[in-house]
Amino acid sequence: MQISRETLLRSYRAMRTIRAFEERLHREFATGEIPGFVHLYCGEEASAVGVCANLTEQDTIASTHRGHGHCIAKGVDVGGMMAEIYGRKTGVCRGKGGSMHIADLSKGMLGANGIVGGGPPLICGAALSHKVLKDNGVAVAFYGDGASNEGTTLESLNLATVWHLPAVFVVEDNGYGEATGASYACAGTQKDRAAGFGMPYMECDGSDFFAVHDAARDAIDHARSGKGPVMLHVHLQRWYGHFEGDAMSYRAPNEVADAKKDHDCLESFRERAGQEKLLDLSALDEIDAAVADEIESAVQAAKQAPWPEEADLMADVYVKI
Amino acid sequence: MTKNLTALTMPKFGLAMTEGKLASWTLSPGDAVREGDEVADIETSKITSGYESPASGILRKQVAQAGETLPVGALLGVVADAEASDEEIDAFIASFTADTAEEGGGEAEAANADPRVITVGEHSLNVRDVGRGAGAPVLLIHGFGGDLSNWMLNQDVLARHQRVIAFDLPGHGASSKDVGDGSVTVLAEAAYELLKALDIPKAHILGHSLGGAIALALLRDYPDAVLTLTLVAPAGLEREVNAESLREMVEADRTRDMQKALQALVHDKSLVGRRMADNVLRVRRLDGAREALRTIEAACFANGQQSIDLRPVLDAARIPVTLFWGEEDEVLPVAGAKNAPDHVVKHLLPQIGHMPQLEKTVEFNRLVEAFLEKAQVTA
Amino acid sequence: MSKKSFRQAINEALRQEMRRDPTVVLMGEDVAGGQGGSSGVKDAWGGVLGVTKGLLTEFGESRVLDTPISEASYIGAAAGAAATGLRPVAELMFVDFVGCCLDQIMNQAAKFRYMFGGKARTPLVIRAMYGAGFNAAAQHSQALYPLFTHIPGLKVVVPSSPYEAKGLLIEAIRDDDPVIFLENKVMYDDIEEVPDEAYTIPFGEANLTREGDDVTIVAIGRMVGMANEAADRLAKQGISCTVLDPRTTFPLDEQTILECVEDTGRLVIVDESSPRCNMACDISALVAEQAFGALKAPIRRVVPPHTPVPFSTPLENLYMPNADKIEAAVKAVMMQKTREVA
Repeated sequence: MQISRETLLRSYRAMRTIRAFEERLHREFATGEIPGFVHLYCGEEASAVGVCANLTEQDTIASTHRGHGHCIAKGVDVGGMMAEIYGRKTGVCRGKGGSMHIADLSKGMLGANGIVGGGPPLICGAALSHKVLKDNGVAVAFYGDGASNEGTTLESLNLATVWHLPAVFVVEDNGYGEATGASYACAGTQKDRAAGFGMPYMECDGSDFFAVHDAARDAIDHARSGKGPVMLHVHLQRWYGHFEGDAMSYRAPNEVADAKKDHDCLESFRERAGQEKLLDLSALDEIDAAVADEIESAVQAAKQAPWPEEADLMADVYVKI
Repeated sequence: MTKNLTALTMPKFGLAMTEGKLASWTLSPGDAVREGDEVADIETSKITSGYESPASGILRKQVAQAGETLPVGALLGVVADAEASDEEIDAFIASFTADTAEEGGGEAEAANADPRVITVGEHSLNVRDVGRGAGAPVLLIHGFGGDLSNWMLNQDVLARHQRVIAFDLPGHGASSKDVGDGSVTVLAEAAYELLKALDIPKAHILGHSLGGAIALALLRDYPDAVLTLTLVAPAGLEREVNAESLREMVEADRTRDMQKALQALVHDKSLVGRRMADNVLRVRRLDGAREALRTIEAACFANGQQSIDLRPVLDAARIPVTLFWGEEDEVLPVAGAKNAPDHVVKHLLPQIGHMPQLEKTVEFNRLVEAFLEKAQVTA
Repeated sequence: MSKKSFRQAINEALRQEMRRDPTVVLMGEDVAGGQGGSSGVKDAWGGVLGVTKGLLTEFGESRVLDTPISEASYIGAAAGAAATGLRPVAELMFVDFVGCCLDQIMNQAAKFRYMFGGKARTPLVIRAMYGAGFNAAAQHSQALYPLFTHIPGLKVVVPSSPYEAKGLLIEAIRDDDPVIFLENKVMYDDIEEVPDEAYTIPFGEANLTREGDDVTIVAIGRMVGMANEAADRLAKQGISCTVLDPRTTFPLDEQTILECVEDTGRLVIVDESSPRCNMACDISALVAEQAFGALKAPIRRVVPPHTPVPFSTPLENLYMPNADKIEAAVKAVMMQKTREVA
């Protein structure tokens, strides 16, 4: 099925925004101005964007500690995200969550998550809400190959199947759980794991937006049409370390360089868009320029934004005491 | 037993009471006491009330300790002459305990005295229907935010001579919570429907506070059903009302706040304990209870004033009417009594607040009994 | 109004709230009990103690969800459902099983609102049985309310009677924050007058079940009944006690505790949970900080020893607080040389 021009432009912009956001964080983090720690999504943009291009605002996603890409793909405000990462009062979480807890429920974004394997059970609940409230929504759990070994994830695959939920489990397999290779830590295959629960399985190349988009469309349609949960296995490469400051001594010297050269989802998108005359490349250049401006203003605004105050410390622990 | 020895026992305030707590002794052993003097404070789940000595003499022995919760009829202490020896008193206590252990029973009547819920038109009303006798029946109508237990110290006394019915108004107590537009007219109609359902063509009506206004509305709308009116600090006669106190009575959700709100009802603040406040809160917290009261409040006490004027009904009344009002009433000012027409028999009670029937029980009951008796004779 | 058991009170609260609000759903192991069984009877059990019996029949499978024995997934699902529009009541069966799903409670549900800058509501109730006295041994007998009370973002309810249980559970379901609702397994057959109508009891408002002048006894959950028994015995001996049931360990009604201690000058705390860092410690600290001057004697705690809950009856009896131990503690406090209080 042909992807609309509008969807292609929007998706390219989202991928470019993620790339620019993360590259800028990489630089800014090195200056010491960003508190805490951040986990960058560079190289994996097509996964978040290819999946979310098939979702509506009322569909729900749950993300991971590497969550900036999912947030941007689901429509969370970039300026608010940047301010949050800088710990400012104007952040989407008012400076109380930080990089690992960015959430915007009004956008169906159930949160990045500091706990590996935290998302899949939550997504069973979000899918249950869609089912009970009969709003035709689906719920999508993004989780890594590392989280695929968590009991919570395996329990969720079972529960979603038992309850026949409109849920999609997207395994973002970048080959590493922190510094430990998936080839060491994951027994069997993701495909066999899905089969073990009687769950349909799909896989795709995560550096190819079009491949992710089409596989995700099939997976999401399946779940939305009431046929139960699906697993989508996305093969990815991580361009930076587990967290910023990780020297990646566990990776071969050329691994990342090769990935950047051969598996850049933005480059492959431009190539195919040009070859198949899907879009005018100058339109994409314009997007690149606009995104650069947007990120620059987001950083400047974040740096100038006010810090949270003492009254914020006790606010919002409870709805009501 | 020796005629000069008298047992002080846990009193029974209303038939529903099975036990009470001896809150405190007012007198110490050795103090002289006259019949009718208060010797102790007794606390039930509903109210704290003074316990009056049934005899004169000397408080010789406190058998029960302050703080103890005891069944009705349990021995609290002994009043006797100075001449009675300590041995005689100890023997009396021993024999008293033995006697009560043998008695038991005697509660057969109590079962029928429990309130029951009956369907009256669109309402389910919680009704306590006690007493039989030659006299015409009496209907007791409690006030805003109250319930039938407001008459706990009166109903059984009056029921010695006639049938006496107390009920929870719609929106109150254990009755259903639909109050329509919350007007006195709707509430009076419910009271009238109740009389019909109980097969009572005519009744003496006692109304307290808002219940007084309902009683007047009954007379206005169903004159044939009303034999006499006993109005206790009734609403509907003046404009003024303590609106803040009414609001607190509805909205308070903490024991200490409700206790404070209830204390506005009485002159002697010590009558209202935490347990009484807790009991009112149990009723308030039922789904729909506060909404019902807010509806009534809006209909009857809008903008901080009484919005119902039943003075013309009282002025025109051609049946016996008596009026009770505490001079220290903090909810509805006693001016309402002072301005009442001459044909009304008025009892203004000094040092008493908004609830004379609870605060001045003995006198109130005596005066009401006399009023009803006279009305029966005249009829 | 009629007499109802603790079990019936909870069933009625769930039923009335499910009728009132279509977003209330139940989930848990055997909340119906019978899905997939060979008898074909789906509403077979109503939980191991029959508390949720009949609810599947009335509300159907979309709202009464039997779960696999898979606490992490369904407690997490309850948190996710609460954040996205439902009001789930999840049953954890024995609170000891929180070991299998603490992350979903502690790191997820409890923290959403704060982490997300006040933009989340998580109206979740987790019901679970707690307490010793049933020979259920170390993994099925703990009183873990201090564990939950420790976690900001949670409210913790420990009802002491059927009346309390119904009103507090309805309040919990209507509350917009995650609530842990702990039911003492020994109390399910306790009976008292419970209104037929729905009603609520606010959180953070202590209940005084006895009022006295000499000693304040703070007791939690099942301990309230034992404290009442001790207070009634002590009253006959001339010692009058206030018995205070906090109802919720968070929010805690600090004001009423302090007022009662100011009135009586003596404090005994009865807590069924393990003695280190339990509510008795917490309340002792509160009083030491804010009412030290009112104390006529040292605070006494009636708590179990720092051991797992033992199985064998004589050992379990030794382990548990009871009315005798409370009575002895109160007398000991009364015997303490009275300090001069300015």
